[in-house]
Amino acid sequence: MTQIDDTRGLDYHESLLWEKARSDTPGVDLPTPENKPLRTGQNARAEIGLPQISEPQAVRHFVRLSTKNYSIDHGFFPLGSCTMKHNPRLNEKMARLPGFAHLHPLQPMETTQGALALMCELQRWLGELTGLPGVCLTPAAGAHGELAGIMTIRAAHLHKGHHHKTVILVPDSAHGTNPATAAMCGYTIRTIPTRETGRVTLSAFKEALGDGYDVAGMMVTNPNTCGLFEKDIREISDLLHKAGGYFYGDGANFNALVGKIRPSDLGVDVMHINLHKTFSTPHGGGGPGSGPICCTPELAPYMPTPIVIKDQNTYRLEQAGERPTSCGQLKGFHGQFGMHVRALSYMMSHGKDGLKRVSEDAVIHANYILSQLQDDYHVPYAGPCMHECLLTDKIQKEKGVTTLDIAKTLIEYGMHPMTVYFPLVVQGAMLIEPTETESQAELDRFIHVMKMVAQDVTAGRTDTLHTYPVSAPRRRLDEVKAAKEPNLRWKVS
Amino acid sequence: MTVHFTKDHEWMKIEGDTAWIGITTYARHALGDLVYLELPETGRKVSKGEHFAVVESVKAASEIYTPVSGKIVEVNSTLSSNLDDLKEDIETGWIVKIKMSNPSEVANMMDKTAYDQYVSTLD
Repeated sequence: MTQIDDTRGLDYHESLLWEKARSDTPGVDLPTPENKPLRTGQNARAEIGLPQISEPQAVRHFVRLSTKNYSIDHGFFPLGSCTMKHNPRLNEKMARLPGFAHLHPLQPMETTQGALALMCELQRWLGELTGLPGVCLTPAAGAHGELAGIMTIRAAHLHKGHHHKTVILVPDSAHGTNPATAAMCGYTIRTIPTRETGRVTLSAFKEALGDGYDVAGMMVTNPNTCGLFEKDIREISDLLHKAGGYFYGDGANFNALVGKIRPSDLGVDVMHINLHKTFSTPHGGGGPGSGPICCTPELAPYMPTPIVIKDQNTYRLEQAGERPTSCGQLKGFHGQFGMHVRALSYMMSHGKDGLKRVSEDAVIHANYILSQLQDDYHVPYAGPCMHECLLTDKIQKEKGVTTLDIAKTLIEYGMHPMTVYFPLVVQGAMLIEPTETESQAELDRFIHVMKMVAQDVTAGRTDTLHTYPVSAPRRRLDEVKAAKEPNLRWKVS
Repeated sequence: MTVHFTKDHEWMKIEGDTAWIGITTYARHALGDLVYLELPETGRKVSKGEHFAVVESVKAASEIYTPVSGKIVEVNSTLSSNLDDLKEDIETGWIVKIKMSNPSEVANMMDKTAYDQYVSTLD
């Protein structure tokens, strides 16, 4: 009657705690309260269906699950537009200092001067690196930062009485969060087509701008999601400003520019910074993220509250109502303070030269991959690229092998796949961002696997490519069924 | 009867002042495996370029735009449960019927030959 599960070698098949539970296993032994109602409002443990399981079983369950998570600490993670770089352990050490880790957000400010000084210093570093001195650290992640930025723009227009400005321009290669953010703020989205060159061209921008009367702003990622630098951006931002619009810079790809270019010099009025990408605070299931915004002195009165203010030698959080033109408060307390500590540790340990080197190495690594694979895969827009390179499955598709097959093959070889089928403007896109923290050996291993796939396709050895992964705990999943008939809740069978 | 095509990969059949609108087989393949189709309400007024439906695949969610202005007079509600029919098939693949308010909007659309040529430049 005992069923043997699928555990082989050291690859644990881990079932749910509820499936392991047995009525004859003692759980944690708590005395049953007599004649007293439980504070949870429940009558007894058994009736709410908690699994009956021992402490060692529970510990093993969670440890085994933790080993099934693939992370940047396991191996290569070239997920494009995500900047999955190594998170230096020094950052973690700083964030765990008791003076930072054990703070309470409601502590009196005279007892948290060190933490406020750190936030003020981070505001200053971000202001310096972007050339945009108005900095608000509170947004909790990238899309939250976008929301904060567009709300800032909206508050500025409304304050000036520009109610006719109802349109935000967004290129069709943008991250999906850009149009979603603009729509959430009540704007109509007008798309700038980029398909032919992979970039926002001056002529396409002019056409989308029209006379500019109704244009509130533009959201552009630079370098863009094709891994290309927007060459005409200076002229484009000038025209936008003349029409009374603001330029929102999506900071997702800032890793290619840190220390090299200040976004303010490109005409950016407000942007978010993904501390969890560019400045190496953990992300991808390990969050939380952090998406501070940086803006021009002109927009600073409208950005969210609170910011940290230095009065002579003391630091304080801005008070409610102190900046009446602000678009409001978007996040409780200080934002993701632990991420502020990690990001500032990263910046200070790298220094000015180090941060510049980060961008340079990130760009070189992506170009190395592009140079090694450009004869094997279709390159939709000729390089050199910035910090990520874009390939497609056009050549392989003729033999029936798609981007999905290539991604699954990478899993077979123990790597996280690149970003697939994004940007949407490119058919069968594979967006590869190696980051500066990978060694050449690791890049070469990835290149080797990619070349092997291309050679297998050329030689007609495509059957196995459709079956991968075979060594992973799970084979190919039925994505259609998962989306159409999601099974989200375990029930007693 | 002529079928017209747009650069956004919609096809449109016109009879009198009524237009049958669907998406092309090319679009269908580009989207990948479809999982969901969000249909509009009958009676909704739409203007040219506005999206009236959303098709979701395992890769992405894409909006479907109307090439003409008018009023949605009929919705092909059987498509939601028969996503395989969503293609260049005039009998079963149409998503909505629109009673056009400005038939001159059809003027600059592509015919099948022009559309096929356009598609060949995309890959």
